[in-house]
Amino acid sequence: MDRITDILNGLLTYNTAFYVFALMTLACGILVVTSRSPVTSAMFLVLTMIGISGLFVLLNAYFLAAVQILVYAGAVMVLFLFVIMLLNIGEEEERQWNKFALTTGSTGFAGLTCLLLLTIWRADLPTGIGSTTVGSTKNLGNLLFTDGRFLLPFELVSLVLLAAMMGVILLSKKEIK
Amino acid sequence: MDWGFIISALVKAGIVFGAAMTAFAYAGVMAERKISAAIQDRIGPNRVPLPTPLMAAVPLLGPILAKLSATFVAPLLNPVIKGLGLIQPAVDGVKAFTKEDYTPEHVNKVYFWIAPMIVFIPSVVILAVIPFGSTLPFGEIAGVDIGTQKMVIADLNVGILFSFGIVSLSVYGIVLAGWASNSKFPFLGGIRASAQMVSYELAMGLSIVPIFLIVGELNLSGIINYQAENSWLIAPYKEHLLLLPSLFLSCAIFTVAIFAETNRLPFDLPEAETELVSGYNTEYGSMKFAMFFMGEYIAMIAGAAMIVTLFLGGWTLPFGVLDDQATSIWAGLAHIGIFVTKVVAILWVMVWVRWMMPRFRYDQLMDLGWRTVLPIAIINIGVVATILFFNHVK
Repeated sequence: MDRITDILNGLLTYNTAFYVFALMTLACGILVVTSRSPVTSAMFLVLTMIGISGLFVLLNAYFLAAVQILVYAGAVMVLFLFVIMLLNIGEEEERQWNKFALTTGSTGFAGLTCLLLLTIWRADLPTGIGSTTVGSTKNLGNLLFTDGRFLLPFELVSLVLLAAMMGVILLSKKEIK
Repeated sequence: MDWGFIISALVKAGIVFGAAMTAFAYAGVMAERKISAAIQDRIGPNRVPLPTPLMAAVPLLGPILAKLSATFVAPLLNPVIKGLGLIQPAVDGVKAFTKEDYTPEHVNKVYFWIAPMIVFIPSVVILAVIPFGSTLPFGEIAGVDIGTQKMVIADLNVGILFSFGIVSLSVYGIVLAGWASNSKFPFLGGIRASAQMVSYELAMGLSIVPIFLIVGELNLSGIINYQAENSWLIAPYKEHLLLLPSLFLSCAIFTVAIFAETNRLPFDLPEAETELVSGYNTEYGSMKFAMFFMGEYIAMIAGAAMIVTLFLGGWTLPFGVLDDQATSIWAGLAHIGIFVTKVVAILWVMVWVRWMMPRFRYDQLMDLGWRTVLPIAIINIGVVATILFFNHVK
């Protein structure tokens, strides 16, 4: 009995959960790109979002986890699906390998990978994540609004979103009075 | 790893799931049929008697039991049981399970199969964060120290956001069902569902922002504690008299949004029978259809529980000691009873509205969502925030 308990305890630790969610995120992310049917791609993207939200939970960032599902999986992806279905996009045909796209794509990928690895290498990462590292919704709110350090960038980002929204309305209006 | 926690959570989850299924069968299906019958001057289900012949299947004692039941119990109880249709839900369940599970030829098989599950599972998961009672102080039973158990499965500090996130996932089931059916009417139903759910989700989220502004946290137990100390949030007369109309408006908007999110009439456009045959579930039958059906009703129960928790004080009742955390088993059970009674009352209203109101037209639905409910919810937040700010400054 003790042995079984030990094995179960080992399986349920933090690290295992991390690997499960990380693997889920990566695998679903790859499947988004490789799937032929757009609806399948979209559904795998939803699973990717859920995996990321699981990673947020492991970092004690419950608010971000909930918002990740609420906004991305719950609203943005539903609209994706809506558009895919409304336009009735069929299965993608066999891909033609374009030399230009292949070279630029792989160069970009290699560059970004180098950049990412370099950043991780140089960064002074904290070891171990305690329960207070990221903290509650209240801390997040204080950091964004009350402290004032991030208030201006935060509001500016929302302004950018507003501009994008107005742009879409302008583009989709057939005639402007 | 805390095994006591896992076991208690599993036990609570089992009890809540059982209660939800019972509520689905009786407070949902049976009450719905009986109330609709009363409203339309019909009788409703009144044919199913006690399953006396089935008792004969019990080994050894079977024939004797069946005989006893047929001569003594059945004549006495059958008029009541038949009249109320008490066995009807069980018979419906057996029918759904034993019907041929037919999958049409032209459908996308994978999505056709998982769609009912995607509708069913999220609506059950929401129940996990809803506090259905205060505490049950068990103490020591049979040498095992159970201690005091909180009557909520998962007391998350972002409880309400979690439940909103999960609610928003259930729309995939309906959309995929419509798309995978590969047929016109289900497809239209699925498309309608996606647009409707996203529109009313916004109104739902915004309508409860005033609650967060007043209470200051997202935890559902915290919101109930606030209501126990002050007053129910539908009418906060003790602390914020000025906010009375705003909070009432919030409650109204939230209720409307719950109707829209659970696809109840007058918002059941995804399956509008008069236009779309049966909408997204046209191609479904037997247990797969029953999954949609159960998902819809359990979402309705969860929605009612959310209304009760957020606006109607959850398990509290402002008389005597019923507002405090339970210190004895009896008080704890009383709290659960209060909660269940409130939820049943809301469910009754939901059923009642369904049979009294005509269905919206689709453009009216969208118009109401975006041009009426959403702006009112936003203005409401502004009003509440301003009043709270000046209260704070003073």
